[in-house]
Amino acid sequence: MTRTLLLVGTRKGAFIVDGGADRRAWSVSEPMCEGWPIHDLQWDPSTSSIYAAGGSPWFGAAVFRSDDLGLTWTHSSEGLTYGDDGPKIPAVWNVTPAHGSIYAGVEPAGLFRSDDGGATWSHVSALRDHPSRQDPGWQPGAGGLICHTIVPHPSDPARMWIAISAVGTFATEDGGASWEARNVGVSACFQPDPHPETGQCVHKLVMAAGEPDSLYQQNHCGVYRSRDAGRSWEDISAGLSSEFGFVMGTHPRDAATAWVVPLSHPEEGRYAPGGALAAWRTRDRGDHWERQDVGLPQDHAYVGVLREALSVDRGDPAGIYFGTSTGQLYGSTDEGASWRLVADNLPAIWGVQAIEVD
Amino acid sequence: MAVTVILPRSLVALIPGTERRTEVEAGTVREAIDRLDDRTPGLRNRLIDSGPAIREHINVFVDGDQAALETPLRPDSTVHVIPAVSGGSGAVGVLFRC
Repeated sequence: MTRTLLLVGTRKGAFIVDGGADRRAWSVSEPMCEGWPIHDLQWDPSTSSIYAAGGSPWFGAAVFRSDDLGLTWTHSSEGLTYGDDGPKIPAVWNVTPAHGSIYAGVEPAGLFRSDDGGATWSHVSALRDHPSRQDPGWQPGAGGLICHTIVPHPSDPARMWIAISAVGTFATEDGGASWEARNVGVSACFQPDPHPETGQCVHKLVMAAGEPDSLYQQNHCGVYRSRDAGRSWEDISAGLSSEFGFVMGTHPRDAATAWVVPLSHPEEGRYAPGGALAAWRTRDRGDHWERQDVGLPQDHAYVGVLREALSVDRGDPAGIYFGTSTGQLYGSTDEGASWRLVADNLPAIWGVQAIEVD
Repeated sequence: MAVTVILPRSLVALIPGTERRTEVEAGTVREAIDRLDDRTPGLRNRLIDSGPAIREHINVFVDGDQAALETPLRPDSTVHVIPAVSGGSGAVGVLFRC
């Protein structure tokens, strides 16, 4: 029997929310990872392992691993360092398995790779060697200078995209040996020159189903699409309740379908616009958007949804899930047509990942 | 010379094989942490940051006095490792960074 699980990272530990085979009744686990702040959890189907990325204010950054669906965990940060003379790493923001390796995006922004299942890590130094880090420099966003998104190519281990706030999107096509900024067409609306090579505040980068060169991003300054692997971008914000937001997710089979959860202007609260919570779906690559709010609170819902906190499962119809910064977990099993409260009273939710397990 | 190291409950829960109270042979705080890491690998990284230095929100006391990595130990010293109260503020700060 295949079950749907939601891996939930929060300010105070990780949780697994089990939706069983039919995604109707959901049960919430006890907190995991010893109450550490957990930004992101991911599933590695090749080893049936769960990875959790986080950072304790006392004990530093680490990546946790569980091989028994969360019953027991180990953790490591061996090699997860810029060296004794380098900046301290307070947290891991993203962990992504790909092609037999595990990648970790950290604060301050950088990328690490593990080839032994997370036991030891090595710095993918070419990313921080990109000339833009020296000139004009990498400036942090409100969340810090964080490498928060890692998008591997599904079949080519040499290709990968990463996203850094507030620096932009970068891509490698040689396994991390060199990186190229890919922000043409993306606005840095908070700068005097709104179209620099780098400095864009990308909040989430996602790939279209079955089309590795088709990318979407939710940015500080709008929602964008690219059909050329990020070499150029087009603003697709028109029709949304707000151009600002953090999360974005794509349909598991339809490259033209994606979801965002817009939030109010960055200087005006960063919560559901008007206190009415809604996801918005496009079915034509962003040419048009439709509001999906049935079952979501429409009065005084001043909640935020942070950058890792939306995930789409592989069900048919697809399920969509997102968590709020005030601990509500919402889900839809009809592609956003209707929503229900899956779990409540969790700590602030930072990451949601839907997986299917046997 | 054997010194006694007392670890916080939160660290013992995090790393299997560790115990609240352990005796090790060490002449400095750093050596004591290294000996513990020999027994339970990974412990050093939870207490020592780049620099190297004791992590910002970890306090180490030797016989009641605040200590650093190179603080010398006497043969009968007791080393307390205690998470600082200030560490909690970091998580709260992260909550509002979005």
